[in-house]
Amino acid sequence: MKKLINSTDTVVTQALQGVAAAHPSLHVDVENKVITRAGGPRNGKVGLVSGGGSGHEPLHGGFVGYGMLDAACPGEVFTSPVPDQMLIATKAVNGGAGVLHVVKNYTGDVLNFQMAAELAEDEGIEVVPVVVNDDVAVEDSLYTAGRRGTGATVFVEKIAGALAEEGADLAAVAAVAREVNERSRSFGVALSSCVVPAAGKPTFELGDSEIELGIGIHGEPGRTRTAHTTASDLAAVALDAISADLSIQGDLLVMVNGMGGTPLIELYLMYNEVRQYLEARGGRVARNLVGNYITSLEMQGFSVTVGQLTDTLTRLWDAPVDTPALRWGR
Amino acid sequence: MDAAVFRTWIVTAAEVIEANRDHLTQLDAAIGDADHGINLARGFTAVLGALDTASPKGPMGPGAILTLTGNTLISKVGGASGPLYGMAFRRAGKSLGDAADVDLPALSAALDAALAGVQQLGAAREGDKTMVDALAAATRAFSKAIAEGASESEALRSLAEAAEAGAEATIPMQALKGRASYLGPRSVGHEDPGAVSTALILGALRDAARAGQ
Repeated sequence: MKKLINSTDTVVTQALQGVAAAHPSLHVDVENKVITRAGGPRNGKVGLVSGGGSGHEPLHGGFVGYGMLDAACPGEVFTSPVPDQMLIATKAVNGGAGVLHVVKNYTGDVLNFQMAAELAEDEGIEVVPVVVNDDVAVEDSLYTAGRRGTGATVFVEKIAGALAEEGADLAAVAAVAREVNERSRSFGVALSSCVVPAAGKPTFELGDSEIELGIGIHGEPGRTRTAHTTASDLAAVALDAISADLSIQGDLLVMVNGMGGTPLIELYLMYNEVRQYLEARGGRVARNLVGNYITSLEMQGFSVTVGQLTDTLTRLWDAPVDTPALRWGR
Repeated sequence: MDAAVFRTWIVTAAEVIEANRDHLTQLDAAIGDADHGINLARGFTAVLGALDTASPKGPMGPGAILTLTGNTLISKVGGASGPLYGMAFRRAGKSLGDAADVDLPALSAALDAALAGVQQLGAAREGDKTMVDALAAATRAFSKAIAEGASESEALRSLAEAAEAGAEATIPMQALKGRASYLGPRSVGHEDPGAVSTALILGALRDAARAGQ
């Protein structure tokens, strides 16, 4: 498999060096693998920390900046970061008003962030975790590890980040983060697998006309394998699943996200399908994102995230943001 | 069993994980995200480095070796395996305290403590298709062997065999924990990578004790 790398064990380090060189607004601690805002924490502002495996760029490092995250912890490819990183990040963003951990609901992320929060509390920093679990493909039951955190993570980081930037306290920032999570649902489809650099071959094999429905973001196989079909049908599959679990009436925030290997022309085409589906059923897409925001290396495919908006949530979505991956209002 | 045996255990575990890195990764590709072998190999390499550079006040006893192993795994592995294996080794190390020599009952208690730590952190039970399926079967077999008066090598052989059997028993299970659980029924028919790595690590303990004799 052809990749733009030098060797499999230097991928993350060298990518972080590239991020540091490309974005002076970020401070990248390559050795400890922690990305923070170059300006440092602001006294009295709640700090936002997130993190996860590398390979999902721009998530999370690309969302560090004004109006969004204060720090991101990139782990090895598709592997949760370790408590040490999260503790360094938490201390680095502590402005005296506490720290929010945005944790995607995967066992590894949850356990490592849990350990880090305990270590931070030992050092006198108040930490509140919010777990994102928006994926509808998995049954939220006693019989699984629970719903995965996927596209809604972007919504949570933007909206909670905006409220924190306004000076709200930790409880309020955590509450809005939870509200966004509860009001959002996602579903993903893979047209191809992806190749973890150190593994050297695709995580799973899809035939020429096969697709994987209900994928996560780590190249893991999905819930069902089926035959490829039209964009219109795929939009319906995803949105049938979402709308079965979330009311899609009223004002909506919609993201059509590329998994990394799908061209923008196809993402826009999917967005057209998604919008038509929603508006035919009483949804009004008030805000949108189309592009690569939470990816799985070079996987071909898309995910759609639908979030219910309120006046407040819309205002916070529109609030200024200045990060490598999202920038408006400034 | 003295510190030298425990050090040999960890070195042997590192070797066997490295030798099985691709196999573990492949198991994890089937029902996970294809990084288990890679992550554990990286973790154990770091553990060997930590053991080499550790400069405690005086010789490192068995307990200290296991605690350092656990702490290093937590810092280097990531994912779910890091905290879970880290906790297992930390709890085992704590259980052994600063005893210079570890007899079978003490080792049994340490293994029980490791299992309790893993279950406390990850909330997995036997039958969920996880490392617990190997570790629980192994600790049970070990206790039983000791109770029946087995020798050290016999007891450790029971430990390792039960771990392997426990891992194999995960094949028909549907995963209820971890990434494999997202696959639901599709996880059936695949051996759990965490259970396999547990069996490999416990096999290394059996081999290390044998080598020490």
